[in-house]
Amino acid sequence: MSNINDTLIPTVGVITDVRIDTPDIKTFRVVTPDGKKAFDHRPGQCAMLSIPGVGEAMFSITSSPTNTEYMEFSIKKCGCVTDWLHQAEVGQQITIRGPYGNPFPVDDVFAGKNLLFIAGGVGLAPLRSVINYCRHYRDRYGDIDIVYGSRSKADLLDYKEIIEEWSNDAGVKVHLTIDNPQPDWDGHVGFVPNYVKELGFDTDKTAVLCGPPVMIKFTLEGLVALGFDKTQVYTTLELRMKCGVGKCGRCNVGAKYVCKDGPVFRCDELEELPSEY
Amino acid sequence: MQKIRRDQLIAKASELLENGTVSCVLGWGAGEFGYDVTPTVFKTTEDLKAGFVFNDFCGANFSKYLVAKTQKLEGKILVFLKPCDTYSFNQLLTEHRFDREKVYAVGIPCEGMADIAAVKAISGEGVSSINEDGDKIVVTTIYSDKPVIIDASKVLAERCINCKSKKHVAYDELLGDEGDVIESARFDEVARLEAMSADERFAFWQNELSKCIRCNACRDACPACTCEKCVFDNPKSGVENKAPANSFEEKMFHIIRAFHVAGRCTDCGECSRVCPQNIPLHLLNRKFIKDINEFYGEYQAGAEVGSRAPLVDYNIEDLEPGEVFDRRNENV
Amino acid sequence: MFKCSLDKIQSLFAEIAKEAKLYMPVDNADGTASYSEWSEGVQWSGALNTTKSPKDFFFPQTEDLMRFKTEGKNIEVVDIRSESEDFVIFGVRACDVKSFDVLDRVFLTEPRDSFYAMKRKHGIIVSTACTRPSETCFCGTFGINAAEPAGDVSAWKTEDSLYLQPNTEKGRALIERLSALLEECTDDAVNAQKENVAKIMDKLPLKDLSTDAFGGGKTMELFDDPAWDELSSSCLGCGTCTFICPTCQCYDIKDFNTGNGVIRYRCWDSCMYSEFTKMAHGNNRLTQKERFRQRFMHKLVYYPENNDGLFSCVGCGRCLAKCPISMNIVKVMKRIGGNKGE
Repeated sequence: MSNINDTLIPTVGVITDVRIDTPDIKTFRVVTPDGKKAFDHRPGQCAMLSIPGVGEAMFSITSSPTNTEYMEFSIKKCGCVTDWLHQAEVGQQITIRGPYGNPFPVDDVFAGKNLLFIAGGVGLAPLRSVINYCRHYRDRYGDIDIVYGSRSKADLLDYKEIIEEWSNDAGVKVHLTIDNPQPDWDGHVGFVPNYVKELGFDTDKTAVLCGPPVMIKFTLEGLVALGFDKTQVYTTLELRMKCGVGKCGRCNVGAKYVCKDGPVFRCDELEELPSEY
Repeated sequence: MQKIRRDQLIAKASELLENGTVSCVLGWGAGEFGYDVTPTVFKTTEDLKAGFVFNDFCGANFSKYLVAKTQKLEGKILVFLKPCDTYSFNQLLTEHRFDREKVYAVGIPCEGMADIAAVKAISGEGVSSINEDGDKIVVTTIYSDKPVIIDASKVLAERCINCKSKKHVAYDELLGDEGDVIESARFDEVARLEAMSADERFAFWQNELSKCIRCNACRDACPACTCEKCVFDNPKSGVENKAPANSFEEKMFHIIRAFHVAGRCTDCGECSRVCPQNIPLHLLNRKFIKDINEFYGEYQAGAEVGSRAPLVDYNIEDLEPGEVFDRRNENV
Repeated sequence: MFKCSLDKIQSLFAEIAKEAKLYMPVDNADGTASYSEWSEGVQWSGALNTTKSPKDFFFPQTEDLMRFKTEGKNIEVVDIRSESEDFVIFGVRACDVKSFDVLDRVFLTEPRDSFYAMKRKHGIIVSTACTRPSETCFCGTFGINAAEPAGDVSAWKTEDSLYLQPNTEKGRALIERLSALLEECTDDAVNAQKENVAKIMDKLPLKDLSTDAFGGGKTMELFDDPAWDELSSSCLGCGTCTFICPTCQCYDIKDFNTGNGVIRYRCWDSCMYSEFTKMAHGNNRLTQKERFRQRFMHKLVYYPENNDGLFSCVGCGRCLAKCPISMNIVKVMKRIGGNKGE
């Protein structure tokens, strides 16, 4: 039977690097045992990672598709599988299957547009893939604004990359914020939705939102108040998943399965769905 | 047929609703075919007249519903309790599972409830109406112009054949006459299992429990199962609901459940009533009740509020663990 | 059309069982029926249907998917799939045959589920027409004719004979193999039965149950119907309806540590269960109302929206007979969407 693929049967991956990003987020670099990328993906897609005997869970692929050597996953410690991954060392094998879900429309809708990325906390993880994809093909896109906030400076994901790489790109503006003042922080203080309103963006942009549900809700309201149409705003959802291909039956919102019809949704599409997410 | 009639219950409920004693009524709601009644909350006399039923198929024990309903609903709830339901009612009060002040309990007599499977075994499928006529149940089906007339006593549910009490042990008000505790034959089947060899008994339970589909209906209907979070719902327990990982797990589920309700189970029989696979689950619980009676003296869970059950009490005359241990050599 | 005298039916079963495992509804001691393997002497049940549906044959309640060998930091994924052998399911009712179509659209849509596909490929379905439907039957609501079941072979049982009509390649091959025991015949007897059953169907109490209020595109209209509160208020949150349902196909994937490696298995799951959608950081269906609504919206709105209008209920009536509180899809269909009363 090994000649018939089944998406539920994963391949083996090896953790080749573990980066401590924040007190509760680590970024894992994964390749196949022979050192290759497990599969190609598009920005915004996800993969199922598992540790046999512990469980399997869906994670967004954090690295850009333009990285042809490996995949990265930024994972917050918050449950069985993530707890286990957080104590894993380099060389540990896991299983991986995917890619799952629909990507962000980076090659059509986003092409030629000014882009506004807005993320909160670990919500930057799914956006990092898109941001780095757009930075890689810099000339295909207009101005890029990135608003990113977290609880504290230490909780900002990819801080080094943001400061050393993203902030230095031509046409890329990064706006960081943290929830509360702290001594070694001279940047903005306040919640992301408020910061977005303060920054007051022009509506000539396509926006991409990711973060906790409450952040998404208030940021979207803020964008609409600024004059954005919901058709200009994309987000990505997360619900409990088991199969990843719309069969196990638990990640649906109305008739849409987040694993297969999402996780990327345009915000006006969400209006057509019950608010069960 | 039931001595108390639907009209009397509606009149009582309307009176209590209208004089403000209660704000809603937990009763039996009409279904499609006469026998498929659903526990329903009624808020007005009009609702009652439109949908309230009381017939030979009103077996559901409402006591457990009070745990959730008293938390959710405003005001006092009127609940109709059959004699066996009152034992569960008291047991839940003993365990402080609901606020007695939020409930107005009306005891109603019960002549035993019918088992629709037993009715259909006689009438056949295709039931188009079921009515009561004295001590007969009159069934019409789409297959015959002539109704099938059945003795109500011939189609009683097992728990009613072996009814342990017609006496209400709790109520604010009683409708009809009070009955008595009954000498029932409910332990006969347990005794028959005890008389088996260990291998025969194992084979019996193996066969019965292998039918289990882990729907958890027994647990979810059981008035003694009121944990806020059941261990079998906890993903971290490794034995969460759904299917068993192997054939041992389904036995473990039922055996652990039987141990957990031991001394608290009033033998209301809801577990066996709701089992879609007809597993005689009540026999596991009755075995515990029989053992407790034999080892520690007669004890009926729920007979009074606040009684100390033998398994959570200590007396100098209590059975020594060694005596129980020695029983392993019996019936091998 | 072919026929076999009922006197010879055991020989027919024996002939089928020579080359393929044969399963059929068999009576249990408690008066119910369940699918069991036929062997010499086993009698085919005359019951209308089995308590559990035959979905187990293709989508078992538990099924091992793969094994893992782990050593230190290394993992080996062991493919434990093997080619299964042909088997025959005999006596499947029209509603249950239709349920396989419903399941196919889930499991055989790309990416195909190889575990299901393997069993489906090797399963041969011999359906049997109903002659005495129950009051709980409402297959007609979903366009199913109880007297004309689909399947690889359709069968009709009369007083004295079993009539067989092959519908597919698999079915024709089976009939060919059994030809020594069969004789060709006209379909007069079968037509007479169909006419008779049509009259019975017309007397069924649920014959007028309508799907008009449901179907794809009705999500927003029905989702916030106030009746969901009342309908769900007594739901125990057990999994009886989902587990006896022929079309419920939600599953969980879990790992089992055998002490000598890990088995990853799949098992039926129920949207009625409190943990179904629970994540580390929350649950989007917090109360039984949301879980209850999901089950019926899935069958009556979401599934048809994704599957060309096909409902994922076949009207078998199992949930009507088995729900501990007698709450079921018929009561839902009569209340939701302004469908009050009839």
